[in-house]
Amino acid sequence: MNWEFVLHQATSGLANGAIYASVALALVMIYTATEHINFAQGEMAMFSCYIAWQLIDWGLPYWVAFFCTIAISFAGGVAIERVILKRFHNAPVLAVIIVFIGLLVIFNSIAGWIWSTVLKQFPSPFVDIFPTTKLVGPHQLGVVLTILIILTGLYLFFRFTPLGLAMRAAAQNPVSARLVGVRVNWMLALGWGLAAAVGAVAGMMVAPIVFLDPNLMAGILLYGFASALLGGISNPGGAVLGGFILGLLENGIIVVENLVGVTVFGNELKLTVALIVVIAVLIFKPSGLFGKVRVKRV
Amino acid sequence: MSISRRKLMQGTAAAGVAATVVGPAIAKGKYDEGATDKEIKIGHTNPYSGPASAYGTIGKAIDAYFKKINEEGGINGRKVTFISQDDGYSPPKTVEVIRQLVEQEKVLLVFNTLGTPPNTAIQKYMNAKKVPQLFVATGASKWGMPKEFPWTMGWQPDYNTEGQIYAKYLLANKKDAKIAVLYQNDDYGKDYLEGFHKGLGDAGKKQIVSEVSYEVTDPTVDSQVIQMHSKGADAFFNITTPKFAAQAIKKAGEIGWKPMHFLNNVSASVSTVLKPAGFEFSQGILTAAYLKDPTDKQWFGHQGYLEWVEWMKKYHASGNIQDSFNVYGYTVAQTMTHVLKACGDDLTRANIMKQAASIKGLALPMMLPGIKINTSATDFYPIQSVQLQRFKGETWELFGDILAAESA
Amino acid sequence: MAGIDKNLRWAGIVLLLAILLPFIPGVSDYRIFQLTLVLVYAIALLGLNVLTGYNGQFSLGHGAFYAVGAYVAAIMMDKWGMPYYATVPAAAVVCLVVGFLFGLPALRLEGHYLALATFALALAVPQMLKHKSIEYWTGGVQGIVIIKPDPPFGLPLSQDQWLYLFTLFVLAILFLCAWNLLRGRTGRALVAIRDHHMAADTMGINTALYKSLTFGVSAMYTGVAGALGAIAIQFVAPDSFTILLSISLLVGVVIGGLASIPGAIFGALFIVYTPNIASDISKAAPWAIYGIFLIVFMYLMPTGIWGGLRKLAAMIRARRNAS
Repeated sequence: MNWEFVLHQATSGLANGAIYASVALALVMIYTATEHINFAQGEMAMFSCYIAWQLIDWGLPYWVAFFCTIAISFAGGVAIERVILKRFHNAPVLAVIIVFIGLLVIFNSIAGWIWSTVLKQFPSPFVDIFPTTKLVGPHQLGVVLTILIILTGLYLFFRFTPLGLAMRAAAQNPVSARLVGVRVNWMLALGWGLAAAVGAVAGMMVAPIVFLDPNLMAGILLYGFASALLGGISNPGGAVLGGFILGLLENGIIVVENLVGVTVFGNELKLTVALIVVIAVLIFKPSGLFGKVRVKRV
Repeated sequence: MSISRRKLMQGTAAAGVAATVVGPAIAKGKYDEGATDKEIKIGHTNPYSGPASAYGTIGKAIDAYFKKINEEGGINGRKVTFISQDDGYSPPKTVEVIRQLVEQEKVLLVFNTLGTPPNTAIQKYMNAKKVPQLFVATGASKWGMPKEFPWTMGWQPDYNTEGQIYAKYLLANKKDAKIAVLYQNDDYGKDYLEGFHKGLGDAGKKQIVSEVSYEVTDPTVDSQVIQMHSKGADAFFNITTPKFAAQAIKKAGEIGWKPMHFLNNVSASVSTVLKPAGFEFSQGILTAAYLKDPTDKQWFGHQGYLEWVEWMKKYHASGNIQDSFNVYGYTVAQTMTHVLKACGDDLTRANIMKQAASIKGLALPMMLPGIKINTSATDFYPIQSVQLQRFKGETWELFGDILAAESA
Repeated sequence: MAGIDKNLRWAGIVLLLAILLPFIPGVSDYRIFQLTLVLVYAIALLGLNVLTGYNGQFSLGHGAFYAVGAYVAAIMMDKWGMPYYATVPAAAVVCLVVGFLFGLPALRLEGHYLALATFALALAVPQMLKHKSIEYWTGGVQGIVIIKPDPPFGLPLSQDQWLYLFTLFVLAILFLCAWNLLRGRTGRALVAIRDHHMAADTMGINTALYKSLTFGVSAMYTGVAGALGAIAIQFVAPDSFTILLSISLLVGVVIGGLASIPGAIFGALFIVYTPNIASDISKAAPWAIYGIFLIVFMYLMPTGIWGGLRKLAAMIRARRNAS
């Protein structure tokens, strides 16, 4: 058995998994705050990433640009909620989804218009920090680390700060939350801001690997979506694990086929197979692997 | 002497008569729908929206080129009206907007419609309507069939031929190579793959140890690169679009895989593919080219390049100077202009096809030195020659002869 | 009963106008062709509306059924030389079965989970269509070119006029069936399941059967649309049925008006014409314009165009009664 091959595929699967996980995290953020899946999340992250690229191109040092982008994205997320989504608080769910699709195409189109569709290199801050090994690149290591840091930060925020508690309350039971003095509308906006900020980090982690163009997130959003559901849509930790599992699962199909020596699915259908597995899991565990089982009130 | 003089006299007299009789009564030329004394209407489709919108800049470049032509007085005194429609790379939409161009806008011809599936969708219609479908923007090898489709003509060297050229070079220059191929799982990837197989021949095909595909929706091709490496391949044909090409080059470099590396022309841009992937990983990569790479500094002093830059700045300022699609649009528009000029005052569709099929040795400023456009009544493949180049330092180095593979 | 008669009368008038439309002088073949596409999408949207609007099941993947229908038609015409009209019922049956089978596991999935499952379906189907193993039938990545039918019995019509009338005929039948189905017992059952799954269960509605059957019927409508679309376009290829098709179908259903039969027509008009308008406004960023259209439409008419029109009519009526 070719252990090196297996190991390589495993690390590459984990590295891809980290990408999915970071997008899944952003989706979980917005879901926690608004109970919606934001289909425009990926494009918002892509747009943030272009902002970072622009700042770096203007000569800002990486980390300055990094934190500026997070701040701008946060403000942008809040603005989108206050200017656009606010008007749809009482609209049917599907109307909101159409608004998300609208946002998706707007961001995609405008990014191409401003920055052109030419592929851009996005720098990685980790290249100088971690050593390059054959098995895993320095950036991939950095991504995993970053995700763990965000995850811890979010956990602490939601668990131990009054604001975090208020946000959760506003999402789960807006009426009661309002009665105890939580400003529900601003909590929603805050949720959008946080999701946009997490998305911005995700984008900046993804871009050095897949390179920056307006379709940066086109393929990744589905994986992020699947990861988030697999892990349990309301659980940030579960979403991250879901991402890693999906990444491993995908490459696992290739490894197994290579070891057995037959190609049934191959690279062409590995995504399909991975999704079927995810859906099968969800059929038997509808709240995801690590999600809380929600009891519906009749 | 006297005979020739008499002939000359007769000639002038006839011309004079013709001028006086025909001149004021009828327009100065022969026309089909879409052309007049003042105007030539050209239709075009491009994906300005959707995932393929990166190609949209070709349409904008062509539009910008015709703007320049019009400012300089037009083609034989006629202004070009260039009507470009968005089809989002969706064949049903292409059919719809092409019918709009032909039946509502009544264009004289349709030019540089983009993509193999969209062009396949409209080919039958164009030929039934007898409207030229000229210089289509796809590398499939099926556009040069004057017998079946006398109204359709390709332009660029086809992927099939390019694949064959790499295969032949590989067989000649590397003994007992173990070959790996990475290809995009669609018509573009399959065209290259087919040509490559053909070039390798039955014996050569046995040398392929790994043949893996990816989907455009895949986030990365890392896993595929590892698969090819693990099979011990030492030659690699990289059939990928820019994003995946850069990923594959980078990943191969990172895991220390150094095969003889053929990169398809689609992704041979220095600053949008090789630079992001890392110059250190790009050394020695081979590709075949027919256009000048606008990001390759070896051309920066050349007259043709300088003219192109000046045009970009003046007419296509919103376009990106690094984008080789802008070179493509510029050059294909020049080809179209050449044909329309050659038509003179006979702007009938039949004459346009006739002129398009009689281009002889046309060299254009942004094509590589020595590459020429040639067509004939039986040869509907305008550009058939390419030259191999190897990446060295931060630039492509041309080597070997101009290779003219036999298409069709 | 009077209400139904009135509705039928209106539908009859609209149908008559639609039949006469291609014979108005000045309506070019191209316009007729474009209207044929509107009819095709209207059928697909009605199918999706049965599922999403009436039954509350959310699908991001109806492009997949559309693709299956289109390929059934193309393969039958190209490989077996069958006449175009025979392909429509065949596409209906195939898609009914495929949809029903897909609906069985989908039973356990709701909301976001169903969205993911259907999203995956939309992504997977074009990939399967170009798979090596069935390349002989599907033409692989190159797709299949088919021939446009001529009008029968030597009728003095153009191909486009004939195809328009044929599509209109199919549409009329399918709309009538849907109308009959939805206003009766079945329709009430579907809506009951949508509004309160458990309550519907306790009232003795076999929710599992109804839900999978709805999936089947919905897929059948969309598949028929796919077949008619393939005949009109004369070409099928995996690139014709990307995820964007599924998304535009969903957009059409919601913009047209959920849980309404006429909404399908408005939705179809929207998805055929707005992209053209958007790209006429801006070649630089047509999608941005399209996105703005979506948001503005949803803001002005959260219940879709048909919902908006009804609200408008109600307002006018109220004002008239007041004065």
